[in-house]
Amino acid sequence: MDVLMLSRLQFAMATMFHFIFVPLTLGLSIMVAVMETMYVRTKKDIYLRMTKFWGKLFVINFVLGIVTGITLEFQFGTNWSRYSEYVGDIFGSLLAIEATVAFFMESTFLAAWIFGWKKLSPKMHAACIWIVAIASNISAVWIILANGWMQNPVGYVIRNGRAELDNFFEVITNPFAWGQFFHNGFAAFMVASFFVMGVSAYHLLRKNEVEFFSKSFKMGLIVAFIFSILVAAQGHHHAQTVAKMQPEKLAAMEALWDDHPDGAPMYLLAIPDEKNEKNSVEFLGLPGALSFLAFNDFDAPVKGLKSWPKEERPPVTITFLAFRIMVGLGTLFPLLALWGWKNRKKLTENKLYLRIMLFSIPLPYIAIWAGWAVAEVGRQPWIVYGMMKTSDAVSPIATSQVAFSFIALTTLYTLLGACEIYLLARFARRGPEPEKA
Amino acid sequence: MLESIWFLLWGLLWAIYFMLDGYDLGLGSVMPFLAKDEKDRKAIYKSIGPFWDGNEVWLITAGGVTFAAFPKAYAVMFSGLYTALMLLLIALIIRGVAYEFRGLVESDWARKLWDKAMVLGSVLPGLLLGVAFANIFMGIPIDENGVFQGNLFTLLNPYGLGGGILFVLLFAQHGSLWLAVRTHGELNERAGNLAATIWPVLAAVYIAFLALTGVYTQLLSNYLAYPALMLILLIPIFAIVKVRTLIAARKWWKAWAASAVLIVSTTLFGVIGLFPALLPSSINPAYSITIHNAASSQLTLKIMLTVALIMVPIVIGYQFWMHKVFATKITDEDLGY
Repeated sequence: MDVLMLSRLQFAMATMFHFIFVPLTLGLSIMVAVMETMYVRTKKDIYLRMTKFWGKLFVINFVLGIVTGITLEFQFGTNWSRYSEYVGDIFGSLLAIEATVAFFMESTFLAAWIFGWKKLSPKMHAACIWIVAIASNISAVWIILANGWMQNPVGYVIRNGRAELDNFFEVITNPFAWGQFFHNGFAAFMVASFFVMGVSAYHLLRKNEVEFFSKSFKMGLIVAFIFSILVAAQGHHHAQTVAKMQPEKLAAMEALWDDHPDGAPMYLLAIPDEKNEKNSVEFLGLPGALSFLAFNDFDAPVKGLKSWPKEERPPVTITFLAFRIMVGLGTLFPLLALWGWKNRKKLTENKLYLRIMLFSIPLPYIAIWAGWAVAEVGRQPWIVYGMMKTSDAVSPIATSQVAFSFIALTTLYTLLGACEIYLLARFARRGPEPEKA
Repeated sequence: MLESIWFLLWGLLWAIYFMLDGYDLGLGSVMPFLAKDEKDRKAIYKSIGPFWDGNEVWLITAGGVTFAAFPKAYAVMFSGLYTALMLLLIALIIRGVAYEFRGLVESDWARKLWDKAMVLGSVLPGLLLGVAFANIFMGIPIDENGVFQGNLFTLLNPYGLGGGILFVLLFAQHGSLWLAVRTHGELNERAGNLAATIWPVLAAVYIAFLALTGVYTQLLSNYLAYPALMLILLIPIFAIVKVRTLIAARKWWKAWAASAVLIVSTTLFGVIGLFPALLPSSINPAYSITIHNAASSQLTLKIMLTVALIMVPIVIGYQFWMHKVFATKITDEDLGY
């Protein structure tokens, strides 16, 4: 393996591991903030206990998000130095702004929240978790603006042998990036709501703290209900943006090889065969369906992968499968939420549903990983779409260096991941502190 | 002009990072000398618990600003110092997690394991940062294409190692003083004594490092060209003396502040000496990465400066508030005794 492949694997591994923790942070921070606000307003002990229990799980999750985030910032310089030099003028400034406007706030006020139960007034304490929640989401805005710029570079000129900023406003209003931000943000609520429902289901199945976990479950259910619909609707909208701005990604998402000047079909089942530039199996084609979904018109022309030279096509199988996993799960979520909604009055009686929800905790994580795989793998061979190839971006470093760091980081992350799951599971199972007498 | 302002801000951000993360890393590394029992260890963790994360964000910011203001310097520095930075990263991950997990595990062996991780994850960053910055002060082998012609062992030269030891000692004293600030009684006594014990070693290493700086680096040339700059050198010298007298007077906050001034002024001494280079090339001065060949566009520098001038004072404001509210003396009740 060469430096390029190792660097790509390392970046993918580090990003995906980081992204286990981030979406739960984004969604759960807001849910905990709502719980604490309800406590401040009503003074009911149950809301305080909810805040403490879910807050504890939130904090256990948060710390790994932080420490693994540093890796990501460092990696642009260590492994992608040619990229950093070429686009730092724009990309680097977005990361630097993220740190100054959001990350400081997030880290400082989370510490104030964790350690401030006795030192701060209840209102001030609740304000701290709101600041954490808002800052986390602002942080996501800047990070996704940076990624969105790699997907759809805007507001730049090529000057002095690099991409230089020309219009900051265009960079921060990049429609592609905002589409990604909302899609991600809504998906983060899915992760958080399924986490809350799954953990609650575990306790409800055991009739443990029924009032506490029914309330928690219902809160998760409301969030899941709203955001499962939003994420699907907005996802459809974002896919249309992709169809317009990155047609070869769309073609890879659908494994569409040939041009369809008067309407492209969609296959319910297909197995891409990249070597022979066709699908080895195509089953149940709906005529014009892809054209309609992508362009609201059954007859709209759609370009196939063969329109691009081989070396400018994204890997088809991964993009195609990841897209199907994401969409499949995205269709399942509103159904699960609807089922729960119909059962909301007698949650404890429907054991099957509770069991399903317990085992559904990983599903939104898988969906969100698959979604990022579509976005990132589907952008290949470009690191910045249409501007710079990934193979031109890698650092001039020795293979042995990257092999060492890849093995070391993978080993470390595996151990940390195991500790994290163990601790989360232990504290989730233990349940809330007993009620005050 | 903007490039020069950003150069100074770049140096200042690293200096603030060393000053803040320096005390938690330092205290982590001397923990085995200070803690006699579980209660002591709890107090040590408690004394840094609310701060380490906010302090570490200054590293992210310093890194981010290097990326944004001087992309080429960021690219060459981070890829050139690849293995050192990966080790730094791993150390910081381990110690960040150690804070959190140590408080959650319940068996004795697991706690001991995380204590060890904490010490290792605290010593290593100080050492690596010191080695890295000493090498930057001295110049690293960068060729005409900005490619680093060396490896981890290139960095482990006498001057680089001297920088590493200096940083570890600076941080260790800074951390001991922090614990003295935050505790009463016996632990306070021990922390103060440790700071006093470190002081003569630190002072000797400091003088030796300054002497080596004259031999190995070009840092002094800026000072010789503008003798008025020599006055800046008086600040760390004054600070290091002040640290000793304030330890003797048992004025912990002030001693800690003097140690903070020492760290900041030492960093700035090096940074001013570097100007206008961010990364001098030891192969040929013409290959050095400087503010002239590495800076971002004027527009980016302007936007970044606006953001920094608004946000950094706000950040300093709430972090100051945080320290004021939470850095009080730790009581037995805080520790659950």
